[in-house]
Amino acid sequence: MLPLTNRSKVVVKKEMSLYEKIYLPAVISGMIITMSHFFRKKPTIQYPEQKREFSGIYRGQHVLKRDENGAERCTSCGLCAVACPAEAITMTSAERKKGEEKLYREEKYAATYEINMLRCIFCGDCEEACPKEAIFLTDRMVIPEYNRKSFIYRKDILVEGIENDKRIDVTRRQTPAVIEFKKHKEFDHNRL
Amino acid sequence: MITTYLFYFLSFLAIMCALMVVFSKNPVHSVLYLVLTFFTIAGHYVLLNAQFLAAVHVIVYAGAIMVLFLFVIMLMNLNKDTEPHKKPWLKFSAAIASGLLLVVLVGSLKGAETIVPTNAFNPNIGLIENLGKTLFHDFLLPFEVSSILLLVAMVGAVMLGKKSIK
Amino acid sequence: MTLGYIIYKLILVVVVFAITMVIAMYSTYAERKVAGFLQDRLGPNRAGPFGILQPVADAVKLFMKEETIPSVSNKTLFIIGPALSLLTACMTGVVIPWGKSITIFGESYPLQIADVNIGILYIFGVVSIGIYGIMIGGWASNNKYSLLGAVRASSQMISYEVAMGLSIIALIMTTGTLSVGEIAAQQNSWHWNVLIQPLGCLIFIVCAFAETNRAPFDLPECEQELVGGYHTEYSSMKMGFYLFAEYINMFISATVISTFYFGGYNMPFVADYVHNENLLTLLGVAFLFAKIFFGIFFFMWVRWTLPRFRYDQLMNLGWKVLIPLSILNIVLTGAWMMRHEILNVFIK
Repeated sequence: MLPLTNRSKVVVKKEMSLYEKIYLPAVISGMIITMSHFFRKKPTIQYPEQKREFSGIYRGQHVLKRDENGAERCTSCGLCAVACPAEAITMTSAERKKGEEKLYREEKYAATYEINMLRCIFCGDCEEACPKEAIFLTDRMVIPEYNRKSFIYRKDILVEGIENDKRIDVTRRQTPAVIEFKKHKEFDHNRL
Repeated sequence: MITTYLFYFLSFLAIMCALMVVFSKNPVHSVLYLVLTFFTIAGHYVLLNAQFLAAVHVIVYAGAIMVLFLFVIMLMNLNKDTEPHKKPWLKFSAAIASGLLLVVLVGSLKGAETIVPTNAFNPNIGLIENLGKTLFHDFLLPFEVSSILLLVAMVGAVMLGKKSIK
Repeated sequence: MTLGYIIYKLILVVVVFAITMVIAMYSTYAERKVAGFLQDRLGPNRAGPFGILQPVADAVKLFMKEETIPSVSNKTLFIIGPALSLLTACMTGVVIPWGKSITIFGESYPLQIADVNIGILYIFGVVSIGIYGIMIGGWASNNKYSLLGAVRASSQMISYEVAMGLSIIALIMTTGTLSVGEIAAQQNSWHWNVLIQPLGCLIFIVCAFAETNRAPFDLPECEQELVGGYHTEYSSMKMGFYLFAEYINMFISATVISTFYFGGYNMPFVADYVHNENLLTLLGVAFLFAKIFFGIFFFMWVRWTLPRFRYDQLMNLGWKVLIPLSILNIVLTGAWMMRHEILNVFIK
C-alpha cells in the first residue's frame, strides 16, 4: 500500500534499548512538545461574538428564485425531483391562467413545491439539474425545529419575496466556471 | 491536668473500640474499630512523649497491616449467609477456654500492683535520637536478628507466591 | 504558652486552611485552562472575565445536584468515606513551614503551625490513613465496580508508599533530622536537597504522582474498565469531596516536594540585598508559593502529556524499578557519607 504521507512509521516489536527503557528522555521530549503547544496561537473562534464567514458556495437552505419582474422562474418540470438522490423534493404542476403572467414566468408553474429538509442532503444536484435557474442553495442555515412536520418546507418559505429587499442574493454561487458555462447557448440548460 | 483527662478519655475510647471490635456483626466494622483502637493507642504513645513510636504505629499498623486485613475481608464478602454453623460443644469449649483466660488475666493483673519499676522513667526515651541510640547500642543484636526474621518471612512469602518451585 | 500565642496559632490554622481551599478550588480552574492551552484550546472563559468564576459555578453546581445514597449501601460508611478523604488531605498542611518567623513588636511568630520533631513521619502517617477514605467509600457503595476500583486505588497507593518512604530515608540520612522545619532551614541559599539527592528527588516525585492518583498513574479513575472507579456511586458534593481531596493532595504534594527537595522558602542571593527580616520572610513565602504553583503546573503538564500506564506496568514500575532504585540510593548515600571511613580502610 502506498503511504499517503512520508510521516508513517512501520511498527516493529523489538526489545527496547536501555536508553528507551529509562523512559525519561522520551518523557522530556514529549513534555517539550506539549509546552510548544502551550504558546501556540489558538484557532478558537468565540462563536456568538465572532462568526466564521460562510464560503461563497456553501450549500444551505434552498431558495426558489423570481425573475427580475417578480415572476416565479420554476416551471415545475420535475428535473430537480428526478435529480434528487434523497428524494426530498415533491411538486404538483398547474397551468397558468390569464392575468397571472406577472406571477409565473412560463405557462406551467408549481402549484405546490415541497422540500423535506430532514431528507435533503444538501448535495446541490437540484440546483445543477434546474434548466430555469429557479432553485439555488444559499448560505442560510435550516433553523432547528421541535417537530418533523415543520421541516417540510413549502413555497411560503422557499420562494423569495417580490420586494427588492427580500430578494436572496445568489450571485456568490455564480463562480467564473458557472458564468462561462452559461455563455454557451448550445447547451439545453442555457436556452431560454 | 489536661494530660490526665486526655489519658482517661483515650483509655475509655480504646476500650470501647476494642469491645466494638468483638461485638460488631460486620467484620469490616470490626476492622475499622480496630483501626480506631490503634489510633487511641498511638494517642497514648504521644502522651508518653514517644512521638516516633506513635507515628510508626499509625503508619505500620493502621496504614499498612490493617489495610491488608480490610482488603481480604472486603474481597471475601463475609456475611450471615456464609457464616459456618458451629456445633454446641464447640461453643461450650470456647466459653470455658475464654473463661479460663479471663481468670488468668485477672490473677496476673492482681499481682501486677506490687511491681515497682526498676529504673526511673525517662520522659525523653521516646524521642527519636534516644531511641535510635538505644536500638543501635544496647539492643543491636536483637534488632538485627529481628530484621533477619522479617527477611526470612519475606522470602517465604515470595516462595509461596511463586507458581512452581523447581 | 500564652493566650495570644494560642490565638495566633488558631489564626494560622484558619489561614492555612483557607489558602489550601482557595488553591485547591483554583487548581480545578487551572487544570482546565492548562489542559486547554496544551491542546490548542482556550479552556473555560465564559464565567466572569477569563472564566475566573468557573470554580464558583462548579461548586454551586455540585451543591445543587441531587444527592443519592444507594439503598443497599452502608450509609454511615458511605458518608464517612469522602469526609475522611478530605480530612486527611487537609491535615498535612500542619507541619509545613510556610516561611521563617515574622517579628512584630519584638515577638517572633513562626509561620509553621507545629514543628513536630517527626514531621516527615507525620506526613507519611496521614498519607497512609488517606487510603481508608477511598477503601471505605468503595466498599460502602456495595457495588462490584466501586470495590474493584477501591482495591486498585489502595493497592497502588500502598505500593508507591514503600518506594516513597525509602527515597525519604536517604534524604533523612543526609539531613539528619525528621523535622520538616529543620530540613527547610538547612537548605539556605543554594544548598537545595535536589542537588544532593537527585535520584531520591526523582523517585519521590514519581511516587507523589502515584500517591495523588494523577496521570500517568490515574488508574483509580477508570471510566473504560470499571465504570468510574471507587466513586461510581457518589453524586453531588460527596463526589465533589473526592475530587476536591485530589486537588488538595496535589497542592500538598507540590508543597512537600518544594520543601523537601527544592529549598522551601529559601531564596538564593536575596539575603545579600534585603536586610529587613520581615520583608525577607514575606519574600520567602512568596518564593515558596511560586515553587508550589510551578509544581502544580508541572503536575498538570505531565497529566496532559503522558498516556496512562497499564496496571501491570504500574506494579512493575513500583516494585521492580522504584524500590530497588531507592534502596540503591540509600546504599550510595550511605557510602558517600562514610567515604572517609571506607577510604581509611583501603589506605591501611
